[in-house]
Amino acid sequence: MPEITYREALRQALRYQLLNDERVFFMGEDIGAYGGSYAVTKGFLEEFGDRRVKDTPIAESVVVGAGIGAAMAGLKPMVELMTINFSLLAIDQIVNNASKLHYMSNGQINVPIVIRMAGGAGSQLGAQHSQSLEGWYAHVPGLKVVVPATPYDAKGLLMTAFDDENPVIFIEHTALYTTKGEVPSDPYRLPFGKAEVYRQGKDVTLISYAGSLQQAHGAAQQLAAEGIECEVLNLRTLRPLDIDGIVASVRKTNRAIIVEDDWEFGGFGGEIAALIQEHAFDDLDGPVLRCSGADVPMPYAHALEQAALPQEADVIRLVKSMV
Amino acid sequence: MGRVTQQRPATDSGDAQVPDRLALLHMMMTIRRFEEKAAEMYARGRIKGFLHLYIGEEAVATGAIAAVRPDDYIISHYREHGHALARGLEPRRIMAELYGKETGVTGGRGGSMHLFDVAKSFLGGYAIVAGHLPLACGLALAEQYKGTERIAVNFLGDGAVNEGEYHESLNLAAIWKLPVLFIVENNLYGMGTALSSVCAPEEIYKSAAGYGIRSERVDGMNVTDVYRSVERLAHHVRSGAGPAFLEALCYRFRGHSMADAELYRAKDEVERWRSMDPILQLKNEMLADGSIDEAGIEKMQADVEEMVRDAAQFAEDSAPPPIESLWRGVYKEPGDA
Repeated sequence: MPEITYREALRQALRYQLLNDERVFFMGEDIGAYGGSYAVTKGFLEEFGDRRVKDTPIAESVVVGAGIGAAMAGLKPMVELMTINFSLLAIDQIVNNASKLHYMSNGQINVPIVIRMAGGAGSQLGAQHSQSLEGWYAHVPGLKVVVPATPYDAKGLLMTAFDDENPVIFIEHTALYTTKGEVPSDPYRLPFGKAEVYRQGKDVTLISYAGSLQQAHGAAQQLAAEGIECEVLNLRTLRPLDIDGIVASVRKTNRAIIVEDDWEFGGFGGEIAALIQEHAFDDLDGPVLRCSGADVPMPYAHALEQAALPQEADVIRLVKSMV
Repeated sequence: MGRVTQQRPATDSGDAQVPDRLALLHMMMTIRRFEEKAAEMYARGRIKGFLHLYIGEEAVATGAIAAVRPDDYIISHYREHGHALARGLEPRRIMAELYGKETGVTGGRGGSMHLFDVAKSFLGGYAIVAGHLPLACGLALAEQYKGTERIAVNFLGDGAVNEGEYHESLNLAAIWKLPVLFIVENNLYGMGTALSSVCAPEEIYKSAAGYGIRSERVDGMNVTDVYRSVERLAHHVRSGAGPAFLEALCYRFRGHSMADAELYRAKDEVERWRSMDPILQLKNEMLADGSIDEAGIEKMQADVEEMVRDAAQFAEDSAPPPIESLWRGVYKEPGDA
């Protein structure tokens, strides 16, 4: 199986969609002539033309809103917003329109749009370019929230996103674009709401997604050398959430730690912890712990930023406090 | 229903049509009586939530929607009962929606501010000021992409013109030459705040002209003037020349919503505008030129009265949505129609 980058995996799914579905078109800031701020759409304008690949003004609300409107009229738009931080300028469209139209219209309308954005931190981009707000979107009924962690996830989940009849918030992680992994050349689809058991273990369940899979898995490998076997879950989607998969793992290990870049207070990890205690309280040997980002606006300086993000050492420390 | 749109052939072919004033009068009277009945039922506790009445502004929706094609998209704000009626949504099913009944246009999901009927290309009422302008751009973009002649007609209030989404939408429509017609219903107040105190441009339509959009102003109390303006601008939009913009000067005779104590408008201002009542104007014009007589008006009034009575009765008699339906339709599932 060919080994390609996360970026290339995304490109393969996107190009497949343009080639195979005339209803699909892309729009976003700098996705055309510039090639995409993370180079995911490079070459598409030249190959498919400006009817299918549209450079937009820097005007997130109308870019997303026009995508929603086009989806209401039967097309399948993909809107790229550069980063999740900028999506806040479009949150009215995402939350007040995209998520609600199917329900509010009593099923008359649906909004098959894919909204891509990069989230996460780790590249010293400062407080306004380093947020992990996926939990905000996962909070909203009507949205689906996808958080690919590997090149294999990236292609398979993006293919599924285009099949979905609902708005999909597809959050790539800035630190992952150059990571490599094995990805089939042919198209394939990964189901939403089904977590991957990334590593088998029996002692502690580490629940992770997107960027935090690397910390969780790195920690698990180090702990294995000391005889502690962690099971590592890769959630793949936050909404729908594979609560059955999480509970099955916790029943096996009796201990759980959520590893996430997001702020701890009011974050998505709190939701997972609540669900575990509702569904598997009697299986727990102790409280569910969180290994989250520090509760501060992200600082620029390298040492401070690293201190604000969950590290393998932090995961290891928490695991050892449990077993 | 849908007399206005169904009795007339597709317009804006480029040749000016003579508006069917009987149909326009009938529709304006329908909207007026429907809204009066809704207010009555609100006062009687049959309708809850917010209720924003269109009384006084009937000429805008009636004239505009009669002047475009039945399959052109209509997308509106939350004071949209008039647009829905003018587009031919059944008064019964609109009233049932206001009552929150299963037989309503969205089965009681939307309520007064969120009427939808996709089969009639009525893409909804929206309750976030200016939040639907980007959607109008998207509807227009889709039709441009598909290469159809369909256009999007976007009603907005004057309160929307200071929102960022207004300017973002005008800009996008202009640079991509989107087939969208923006119609601002300028009733001079955003809720209780006079537009003149919060909007830098003195004339709204000139702000659109700043984006290179063909832009006009019309007397929104005169239904045939509205009709002619919209017919002309819709032709411009449909021809591929890009978006157009119409500012209709009008006035709501009632408060912003049923909760409005109306402390912010002078009595003589309200009276002055009431004297320009769009229904009265058209009636007097038609009586004067002999195109209708008093008996004809009385018959029309009785017809409208019966329609509204029937709508309220239908709403009263309908069942509320079953509790089991609460969870239905958050997502479209594979196999859903």
